[in-house]
Amino acid sequence: MAESSGDYIKHHLTNLTYGQHPDGTWGFAENAEQAAAMGFWSINVDSMAWAVALGALFCVIFGIAARRATAGVPGGLQNAVEMIVDFIDDTVSSIFQHRNDLIAPMALTIFVWVFLMNLMDLVPVDWIPEAAKVMGVEFMKVVPSTDPNITLGMALAVFILVIFYSIKVKGIGGFLKELLCHPFEAPKGGSPVVRGLLIVILAPINLILEGVTLLAKPVSLGLRLFGNLYAGEMIFILIALMYGGIVIGVFGAALQWAWAMFHVLIITLQAFIFAVLTVVYLAQAHDTEEDH
Amino acid sequence: MNITATLIGQTLAFAVFVWTCWKFIWPVLISAMRERQKTIADGLEAADKAQRDLEHAEARAEEHLSGARAEARQIVEQARGQAAEMVEEAKSVAQAERERILEAAQADIEQEMNRAREALRGRVAELAIAGASRIVSADLDRSRHDALLDKLATEL
Repeated sequence: MAESSGDYIKHHLTNLTYGQHPDGTWGFAENAEQAAAMGFWSINVDSMAWAVALGALFCVIFGIAARRATAGVPGGLQNAVEMIVDFIDDTVSSIFQHRNDLIAPMALTIFVWVFLMNLMDLVPVDWIPEAAKVMGVEFMKVVPSTDPNITLGMALAVFILVIFYSIKVKGIGGFLKELLCHPFEAPKGGSPVVRGLLIVILAPINLILEGVTLLAKPVSLGLRLFGNLYAGEMIFILIALMYGGIVIGVFGAALQWAWAMFHVLIITLQAFIFAVLTVVYLAQAHDTEEDH
Repeated sequence: MNITATLIGQTLAFAVFVWTCWKFIWPVLISAMRERQKTIADGLEAADKAQRDLEHAEARAEEHLSGARAEARQIVEQARGQAAEMVEEAKSVAQAERERILEAAQADIEQEMNRAREALRGRVAELAIAGASRIVSADLDRSRHDALLDKLATEL
């Protein structure tokens, strides 16, 4: 191995970033420092491309199944797809009691898409980056869900939907009331002046608490997925470092196999958690009861 | 590991894929599934109904069968009674016939006997006259003694 372990790990964790260099020219970053210098207005081409490709793969597979869907005897693909659809439908209908026909398809999209993105983690860590290097691409991070931009991007979309449905269901007034008048409520009764004063005093405290609650949802949603997959990817990279000698290499292969087996569980679970939490958050956004 | 515009890109991609699934994939799949569910439910219900109909038909067939059996038994019974009656009738006719024939035969016998008796009587009278004439050896006038002889013959 020509490069040091540190360089190897760092190389594997660097995105292929396209953006504007500080000197004003546009191009790919040649290293992590240049990528950092590009600031916000740059794009991780590898993450984005893999994410979109996998999302498209989801649409194609399920689209083919939908196109061939019959109420008669289902074929193999349709069976598999319907199993997932049915599973998601059951899960959503048990969590989400309101009427909204966007939620279930969204949960399906999230579940399958995140699962596919996570699944890229099981591809041996060097295969695609090395192939990319042969084709002249320096950096290639193939697991989109190890990029916080990707996971937080989805969490942001969920957050926007939460806000949208909160306002749609409860109205702006109801939504603001929820933010300002919980969890500390001014006691009912007494003189209206005291009560009004109390409400005004409690409002900022409530806003801080509820604001944290509100913001913690998407942040934890995105970071949970990112953290799990990043750690898993890191362990694969560390195991890949063992492929030096024969003895330790064989041990490394066994470890990689074992970790991959375990990781199958993690990637499915994380995809499911992301989908279910999305549904839970949106269900909360639809809840008009005062008790939450 | 920087937060970049990738975030926005992913949000947009998310919106596109969710919208695609929402509009084009989910409704088709779920309606096909619901339809099949309904078809299966209908099929099961139809099978249930057919089973019930079958049971019903079997019960009715059994009913018919037992009715027919009872009827057959009744007919046989009736036929047997008729046959017995006919035999009885034939027997009585035969009895009557027998008695009639017997009576006729008896009458014939009687007649024959009478005739023979008459003949015998005649013969006896002749023999008696012949014997008497021989004994008396006188020419006994037959005409004079006819009445006597007739009396004798009837006595015999």
